[in-house]
Amino acid sequence: MEEVKPQLIKITFDGIEVEVAPGTTIMQAARKIAEADESQAGLVPPAMCYYKPLPSSGGKCRACLVRVAQGSAKDPRPMPKLVPSCITQVQEGMVVENTTNDAVLETRKSIVEFLLINHPLDCPICDQAGECHLQDFAFEHGSAKTRYEEERRTFDKIDIGPNIQLHMTRCILCYRCVYTADQITNKREHGVMGRGDAAEISTYISNAIDNEFSGNVIDVCPVGALTDKTFRFKNRVWFSKPEDAHCECDKCSGKAIVWYRGDEVIRVTARKNVWGEVNEFICNTCRFDRKKTSDWVLEGPTKVKRSSVISANKYRANLVPKPDFAMKLAATQFKPIDDSRPYVTDTETIREQSIENNDKANHRSLLSQNN
Amino acid sequence: MARKILTEHINVPGIETFDVYRKHGGYTAVEKVIKTMTPEEVVEEAKKSGVRGRGGAGFPMGMKWGFLAKPEGVPRYLVCNADESEPGTFKDHHLMKSIPHLLIEGMIVSSFALGANKSFIYVRGELMYVIRILEKAIEEAKAKGFLGKNILGSGYDLELVVQPGGGAYICGEETALLESLEGKRGNPRNKPPFPAVKGLYQSPTVVNNVESISNMPWIINNGGDAYAAIGIGRSTGTKLISASGHIRKPGVYEIELGVSVDEFLNSDEYCGGIRDGHYLKALVAGGSSVPILPAHLITKTANGEDRLMSYESLSDGSFATGTMLGSGGFIVFDETACIVRNTWNFSRFYHHESCGQCSPCREGTGWMEKVLHRIEHGHGNMHDIDLLVDISKKIEGNTICPLGDAAAWPVASAIRHFRDEFVWHITHPHEASQPGAVYRDAVLA
Amino acid sequence: MTETSNPVAFTPERLEKVKEIIDRYPAGRQKSALLPVLHIAQEQWGWVSSEVMDYVAGLLDILPVEVYEVATFYTMYHLDAVGKHVIEYCRTGPCCLMGGEDIYDYLKEKLGINAGETTPDGLFTLKEVECLAACGWGPVFQIREKFYMNLTREKVDQIIEELSK
Repeated sequence: MEEVKPQLIKITFDGIEVEVAPGTTIMQAARKIAEADESQAGLVPPAMCYYKPLPSSGGKCRACLVRVAQGSAKDPRPMPKLVPSCITQVQEGMVVENTTNDAVLETRKSIVEFLLINHPLDCPICDQAGECHLQDFAFEHGSAKTRYEEERRTFDKIDIGPNIQLHMTRCILCYRCVYTADQITNKREHGVMGRGDAAEISTYISNAIDNEFSGNVIDVCPVGALTDKTFRFKNRVWFSKPEDAHCECDKCSGKAIVWYRGDEVIRVTARKNVWGEVNEFICNTCRFDRKKTSDWVLEGPTKVKRSSVISANKYRANLVPKPDFAMKLAATQFKPIDDSRPYVTDTETIREQSIENNDKANHRSLLSQNN
Repeated sequence: MARKILTEHINVPGIETFDVYRKHGGYTAVEKVIKTMTPEEVVEEAKKSGVRGRGGAGFPMGMKWGFLAKPEGVPRYLVCNADESEPGTFKDHHLMKSIPHLLIEGMIVSSFALGANKSFIYVRGELMYVIRILEKAIEEAKAKGFLGKNILGSGYDLELVVQPGGGAYICGEETALLESLEGKRGNPRNKPPFPAVKGLYQSPTVVNNVESISNMPWIINNGGDAYAAIGIGRSTGTKLISASGHIRKPGVYEIELGVSVDEFLNSDEYCGGIRDGHYLKALVAGGSSVPILPAHLITKTANGEDRLMSYESLSDGSFATGTMLGSGGFIVFDETACIVRNTWNFSRFYHHESCGQCSPCREGTGWMEKVLHRIEHGHGNMHDIDLLVDISKKIEGNTICPLGDAAAWPVASAIRHFRDEFVWHITHPHEASQPGAVYRDAVLA
Repeated sequence: MTETSNPVAFTPERLEKVKEIIDRYPAGRQKSALLPVLHIAQEQWGWVSSEVMDYVAGLLDILPVEVYEVATFYTMYHLDAVGKHVIEYCRTGPCCLMGGEDIYDYLKEKLGINAGETTPDGLFTLKEVECLAACGWGPVFQIREKFYMNLTREKVDQIIEELSK
């Protein structure tokens, strides 16, 4: 008997034709293009709330809005229109514009702005820095300046237990952690309380989130709102070295990444695919308790994208030559550091120099005011 | 006197009781549909009437009914949206508390048309006393055989449930309302799927406004064509207008669509004109979310034609010089009103009522409110004005539900038509932040 | 009025009402009863404490966090103890046009409290609310189910005096 193939739907995404199964979202169609041709990775819309392994996630952050320039004959809704690509299903003949449309990019820039106006921008002390989707999103689509002059929103700190640190000020309300608790743990204890810009992730009454799979909320969090307490302030991720590893575990697949500082395992996380998503969630024992090399069977260094800061310092200099233009740029833009000054150690001299420097600074600012 | 469809008997003593309502022709539409019509014929009358959604969107009700999916073996629901919360709008409140049986009769007729056996009236929780009035009326109708099992011996069953909200404007958005009815936070759903396919409990659902449904008894008794003959063009029938602000006679008025704004504002039959000794400055014609209009664009369009109380005429000139009929919340401002203060007030409202689900609305409404608060209180900068316009543009059209648009329009339109007033607040921070300070006084002084 | 008896339980009449409400919805959709049941809880205890919310969660067979999420979303539920009379004052535009701000200042001065506070005698709690759908009859405030409309200073005096008895 002849195999019945499902009718495929053809759409055009940023000028590239792609055929996908009915029910596929625009986002997945774009990812399909990039999976077939790595050089097209740049045309995939960013996702801050959507998370494929968590059904019903998405549609909230509006980072992935794309323009449907032309709908299908079947859909009576007027086009062109901006739609969230993560939850909008493709239709035959749809023409979608993402990076090819300035209005889309302009809107995306404004989404970065909205997500950042109340964000503390405390990347220097945030454990998520280096693997933060908001950093990536802002770097790729945002502006270096802010127009926000108002006071930033803050929240009362709450303790959600010994393993997970909640920093509500960093949260972008993607709801991923809520879906995670709903879908992979047997009893959700946290949720979104309040509403509007006062909405917050909370347990409401001080409850420790205590569940064998609760640690996965750390991995799904796109920002530093939920971080690993056992890794807190231990290291910057780009100074640590990730190794794929597995173990015999009766609760989960045991497939993980162990992060090293020298010989020391400082963190364990689940593995993420190229879209930063975890397909196989790990249990809390693997994540928080298996912190010795002897707990794991190592498989080799984790493949990290060259563009990721985590890859920094992981390659020998002669293997990755710095491009010529970069060396030239560096030479023109950076001042040589004057190392010839004497190295002062006695406190009295330091105090005097400090007063002197202050006076100079005050003098400069006075001058600039008078001008 | 203009024709009254909804409010003809509203002042009859005892009309809130079944017997008095019945004596004035009540429940004849139920008898007619149950005994002589098929559900399809009822839908057809609704389509012919051309009645448009009275909650604000103005989408033709019959067409909305036509979209309802009818898979075998799956229950269908009718949900009445009585979550009236748009500032300036209080018509449904007035209608339900005064003549509750009208809505109940409409619900029975509409539920029959849609094949629903359990229908809900979602009333904002603040109107608990109205909920009690409706529940009492439902009990009466049930006792008389117009509700419950086997209505009038026809074999058709219908149960009506009155559901209280908990205090959230956003639940007036139909999918947020359905979430709330399911006992959840009022977070609007992404669409598609639309409620007509997946609504309450994932079943096909129609959500209609109180006033829309209350038109059905008259449409059944007199025919959709007779209804369509009232009004003007595609604005058929009558409309309840909630009139508030600086007028001599605030209240709820039923108008035939197409009456002129001038007549509505100034005749003694309706608003009775601006309160004594004052003059018109601005108008919000359809609830706080629609663009505000300055005096010179209220009774005339930009082309100099008479502005009429209809969907089309009010939106003539689109947002540049027009506005919208919306939910019919007619808020009148005389020269003592400060547009900046009012814009800040409305902006605070939308900030307070944002559900917080999507980033443009969650962050943008708060940002606009804070900037407006600064300007109103004498801490504005000149670049704030264009910043506000830009924020409003970045919210508009980019959100899950229309609350984003509703928050953006009042700000954008106030700046479009009253930019001078914003500038004055910034250049004269001390005067402008005095209690009761108004730009006009500064100009006239 | 506002104290929570221990163990937390509805009065028999209210429990009966709660069961009746749950029965309104299709089987398995008892969560739909959450908003009405929280109103009944507030009627009994004056506010909804976390113990009350846990109790409601048990009655409806849902997770406590589902109740917290809902109770914190909607503005009508008082999450802290309140006075005997909660005055919910409309602060939205149309009421302000009718002098709502003046009357509000007067009310605050009269009671000696600000929004969110309760008078020392425990009689009045003041809460600011958004539009109550009574714009044509503004200024407006609401106490429990009752609307007080077309407020003037004299009316405010009268109402407060009445309720202070």
